[in-house]
Order: sequence, then C-alpha cells, then structure tokens
Amino acid sequence: MTSPATTKERSARPRGASASRAGQTSAGWLFVAPSLVLLGLFLLVPVLMAAWVSVSDWNGRGSPFAGTVAFVGADNYQTVLTSEGGLQARDFGTALRNNFWYVVLVVPTQTIVALSLAVLVNRKVLRGRGFFRTAFYFPSVTSSVAIVLVFLFLFAGSGAVNKVLGWVGINGPNWFSDPRGVLHLLLGVVGIDQGPAALTGNGFLSITWWEWLAGPSVAMSALVILAIFTTSGTFMLLFLAALQNISGEVEEAAMMDGASGFQRFRLVTVPMLRPTLFTVLTLGLIGTWQVFDQIYVGTQGGPAKTTITPAYLSYTTSFASQNWGQGAAIAFILFFIILVLAAFQRWVLRERTTVPRRKRYLTTGAGR
Amino acid sequence: MNRTHRTRTTLGLVAAATLALSACGGGGFEDTEETSDGAAAGPAALEVLIGSSGPAETDAVTAAAEAWAEESGNTAEVVAAQDLNQQLSQGFAAGSPPDVFYVSSDLVASYASTGAIEPYAADMENADDFYPNLKDAFTVDDTYYCAPKDFSTLSLIINADSWAAAGLTDADLPTTWEELSTVAQTLTTETQVGLSTSTEYQRLGAFMAQAGGGLVDDEGGPVADSAQNVEALDYVKQMVADGSYKFAADTDSGWGGEAFGTGKAAMTIEGNWIKGALTNDYPDVNAIFAPLPEGPGGQGTLTFTNCWGIAADSDNKEAAKDLVQYLTAADQQMAFATAFGVMPSVQSAADQYRTEFPEDAAFLDAADYAVAVPNNEGVSDVIADLNAQLETLGSGDPSAILQSAQTNLEAVLGSS
Repeated sequence: MTSPATTKERSARPRGASASRAGQTSAGWLFVAPSLVLLGLFLLVPVLMAAWVSVSDWNGRGSPFAGTVAFVGADNYQTVLTSEGGLQARDFGTALRNNFWYVVLVVPTQTIVALSLAVLVNRKVLRGRGFFRTAFYFPSVTSSVAIVLVFLFLFAGSGAVNKVLGWVGINGPNWFSDPRGVLHLLLGVVGIDQGPAALTGNGFLSITWWEWLAGPSVAMSALVILAIFTTSGTFMLLFLAALQNISGEVEEAAMMDGASGFQRFRLVTVPMLRPTLFTVLTLGLIGTWQVFDQIYVGTQGGPAKTTITPAYLSYTTSFASQNWGQGAAIAFILFFIILVLAAFQRWVLRERTTVPRRKRYLTTGAGR
Repeated sequence: MNRTHRTRTTLGLVAAATLALSACGGGGFEDTEETSDGAAAGPAALEVLIGSSGPAETDAVTAAAEAWAEESGNTAEVVAAQDLNQQLSQGFAAGSPPDVFYVSSDLVASYASTGAIEPYAADMENADDFYPNLKDAFTVDDTYYCAPKDFSTLSLIINADSWAAAGLTDADLPTTWEELSTVAQTLTTETQVGLSTSTEYQRLGAFMAQAGGGLVDDEGGPVADSAQNVEALDYVKQMVADGSYKFAADTDSGWGGEAFGTGKAAMTIEGNWIKGALTNDYPDVNAIFAPLPEGPGGQGTLTFTNCWGIAADSDNKEAAKDLVQYLTAADQQMAFATAFGVMPSVQSAADQYRTEFPEDAAFLDAADYAVAVPNNEGVSDVIADLNAQLETLGSGDPSAILQSAQTNLEAVLGSS
C-alpha cells in the first residue's frame, strides 16, 4: 500500500485532497471503533485468556493471571490426547468419534436436502411457492431448545416416530436411550458381533478402531435427523438467493445446446453455485463440529456417553469437573480441527485455472 | 505520511480503549484486599445461593434467612440458582462468590483442593450432633469442611394398591434378595413391571452395599471390581432377564419415580425426595416406604447429602457461620422437613421427625447403615463413566464394567 510509487503520486496531488482523504480515514476508524472495541473485549481478550488457561494449572478460583497460577506447557493437551490421560483421554476420543459421525452424516445430507429444496421452491411453475419457502424455513427460526424438546417426545420409546414405524411392522428402538452404534448394528445383522483383533487391539486417541467403527449411536442418529431438519431451511435460503442470481439466459443457452434437465443442473447450475456451496459447507462444518445446545438440553451426553461432543465435553470438564485447563485445551483442539478442515475444503473447492469459461474468455481475447 | 500517522494514533486509541475496558472487566478477577479475616464492620449483607428443588424449598430457605437477618441485624438475600455448579464456578473465578451456598458431597473435594470453601464446620456449636457418616461425606484429608444441611437415603417404594391387588401383605415385605425377586415377579403384570430404577450407580450402588461391596474400601483404596460388586450386578441382571426388573429408560421414564408414579412399575428404589413428586405429580398413587432388603453382606443403602458451604473469599465469614448455625439448628431443620420433605442432618431432631412423619421411618432408620457416595477428588468423573457403562448392563458383562471402573478409580486414587 505504501510503496514508493503511491507515496510519490499522492504527494504530487493538491494538498487539500490529501487532507480530506486523511479525514475520511480517521472518520472511518472512528466509526468502526465501537465494534473493534466490542470484538476485542468480548472475543479477542477471552480467546487469549482461554489460550493461557489451556497451558496453565488454573483451578477456577480467582484470576487466571494471579501469581499462584503456573505455566504447565502442553500438559493439559497431553492429558487429553495421549493414553496416559486415562479417563479424560478416552472421553475426548469418544467425543471426537461421536462428533465425527455426526459431521459425516449431517453436512452432506443437509447440503443436498437444502439444495434440492431450493431448486424445488425456485420453480416458477410451483404453486404456493411462498407457503413452501416459509414452511421449509420455519424450523430454522424456531428456538433449537424448543425443537429438541419436541424431538424428545417424538422419539420416545412409545412416541410418534415409533408408532409410525409400527404401522409398517418395524419395532422402533427406544431412540434417546439406545447407545448401540448403528454400524455395529448393521454388522451384527450379517453376523459380525466382535471386531477382528487388529481393530479391537489397536486404536486412535485412546479408543479402539472397532469403537471408532461403531458409527453414531441410535440416540445420535436422532440428533442427526434433528440437525438436518433445523439447518436445511437456512441453507435452502442461501441456495435460493444464489439460484435467483443465475440469469435465465444461461439456462436458455444450455437448453439450446441440447442439454437435458439433469445435465443443465449438474453442469451449469451446480458449478455456478460453487461460492454458495463453499459457504454452506463451511458453515455446516463449523456448526456441526460445535454442536452443543442439543446435547446440553436433550441428552446430557448420554446414553453411555455416545452423544458427548468436544464442545459439550469442554463445558463439563471445566464446569463440572473443575479441570479448567483441560476444558480450554479441548476447545482449542476443536478450533484447530475446524480450521484444518475448513482449509482442506477450501482447497478442494478452489477455482481451478482450467475451467472452460476462462479458456473461452482467453480465446476470444486473443482473437480480438 | 500525515495519514499514516493519524491512522496509527487512531489504532493506538482503539487498542488502548480495548485494554482499558478489558482491564475494568478483568478487575473483578483480582483478589480484593480482605479487610480482616471475614469480620467486616457493621451489618453484613450475605448472598445465599441454593440449588432449589422448587418454590417450596426456595420460600422456606428465604423465610429462614430473613428470620435470621431480623434477629441478627444483618441482611441475607437468597437466590435460587438455575445451574448451581456453573454459577458457583463463575463466582469463584470472579473472586466474588456468594457467601453461603449448597455444596453436594461429590464436589466438596474439588472445591477443597482449590481452597474455595472455608473449613468451618468443626468449630460449630452443634458439631457433635450431626450424623457421623454425613460428616465423613464432607471430610477431605481429615478436614471437616462444611455442615450437612440435610440428607436423604434410598428405600424401597411400593405401590400399595398393586401390592394389595397381588395379594401381598405386610408380612411379605422383602427382607432378602430372594424375597425381593419373588415379590417383583409376583407384582409383574402385562402393563406393570415389578421393579424399576434408573441404571446409575446412585441406585444400583445400594445393591453393591447390600452385597458388602462398594467403590472404595475403608482405607480409601479402589475396590470397584470386587466379587461382591459383581454379585450385586449379576443379581440385578438376573432380575432384568427374568422380566421383573426394568430400567427406567426402558419404560420411557426419566427416573424411577416417574416409572413408579405413572404406574409402569409397582416398586422403585428412590430417596425421600420422591414424596414431593408423589404429592405434586402423582397424588393418586398410594405408596409404602419399606427398608431395602438385606443382601449377602447385610443391610445396605446409599445416602445423599448437601452441605452449607461458606466461600473462603467471603468478606462476612463470621456472619455466614452464624447463619449456618441458625439454619442447621434442630428446630429450623424440622421446619425445612415440613416444608419440603428433607430429613434433618442432626441426631437431636430424629425423634421429633419420627413422631411427625411416622411413614418415613424406613428412610430415617437407614441413616445408621447407609454409606455415602465416595467424595474423593475425581471420583465423580469415574462414577459418571461407570454410569455410562451401566446403561448397557442389560446386555453387558458386569465384571467387564466393574473392571473398567476399577482401572479409572486406580488412576484417580492410586492403586491399593
């Protein structure tokens, strides 16, 4: 910004213009100052404090910056991540396992559902579009606590969901108190009840590969359904806005080129939605890795710890077990997981230099 | 140049303002200078934070605190917490905790280790009047921290109508495990299971106590995987397999009291707090409270208790002690017992309680042999993990569950 060229250029200008530009700049700073102060005070400072707590032995009494609080290096991280941590490490491994399956199931499904809904309500021929848009968006504006409570009733052992399943002859599980892993159940159907020694003997983050392979528990599956139900509407809205940005001519051109409806959707619409897709996937990824309120209100981590997530574990480790350092460490590990995954996803969805549109632009440019 | 300079100034101002504001916020974290050791001059203004079971409890405690305030010339404000542990944690971190608050026995060790609570209880006028096993529940490393405010024990709760309908009489009240299995089987019908409890250690631990087991031995060593504990869980599992015992979650209930109140179970094992639920939610259910049966190891049940904690950071410790003294006096505890159904923690109130609440004899008699949930630091995490595994007891292997609890306990307590 302050390269020699610009400075020279600016000093050559009349003085008045420069002064007014400077006035504008400071006025700008003045206007953003309140939000900068608020962000700094309520976001940056707490984050830095939490970072310090995660490498200290603060016990929750008095200031974390008091003289009695000592620096313990990576001890808290070590307790959580390595097998020496025993119970804490296993809890963290379990929490990551639970949340991993939750993310794997929720993010793709909610994206696909949101996109389908958006395409559906974007159709001009659809009657009562306004009604459907509102209906699909409704779960997103409802308090998640209220929805969780409704789901607790719906998925109770003798609740509505099991009644409906009963009509088609399925004896539904007692959803929110069933800790069995879905994948384990499926494997059990084909007669595999015990994992091979290679899987049960070795593991990652203090729980065995066989436990990783359990899949989401039945209780977690109900929460997955809940998450898809509540968030699809929000993302539908994002997709809808993007769809309406695609002009009709593009669609018409593709039609003239003889593309079928599905081809138009796959090869024209979806690529043009890429920025929105990135937003939706990123927001979905962050939201699902941070899932907390459903757990806090609905299951409290049960049954059999199959719905504890790192965010919830961080809370209980700090507030219930008074291990503030470990709680903060868990929060930071979660932060890094989200950061890495978001970066990875950005790399996957990057604009490739070889996209046809760009090529076409270059040829026309050269021909001119 | 001018522009850059101004920008820097503005940036600096913003940064300074942020720091200044955060310093204001952070000011609360610093320990305030204590004028003297908890004896502030003039009338004290006490803040009392309670984890209330409902309006009845809040009103009773508020009335008692106001009466004390009137008498002593101080003031006391009672606040019912939404989430007691979280609000306490915030208070401790800010250096301005409430002066007096409830502390459950499983948290006393972790608060004691951080020095957040004042060990005042040994100096109380009526220190010898409290039940010894309740005092043990609040004793950490031989220091007796806080005075038990009341206590509860587990008993067998029986639906009187189902009992009579099944042709059972007082003579059939189970005194052994065999008899319990028999009556549970007798009481089991198409729509009602004989016995239902939640799966947590806080209920099934009663069977462990009856078998002569427990999580820690008298010296505080870990004994979770003892043969007695395995026997207790095997017994429970056998009853589940027989169909005469269902866990509360399997009857669509949040706890044993709900399964009992809604008639899904004819018997449950709960504490005296079930009286409140029966009165408020299930007034049509007639309940009999009977002692739990003897197991191979004799009589056994669990006791639960909270104490009146006093914050070490309180400016009014003397006044706080005075308030606790007032609240734990026998007559005041009887007032609480009448208001919200708790049992007085002092032995001198036992006779009066027995006269006023004859139907509660089973709960009160259990005080002599009931054991408290271990209170060592970190044990609550072990119990939480044990509870998670006990949820799978119906299909799981009791000795494997107890073995893993033993491993966790050894990590917390050190192996014996």
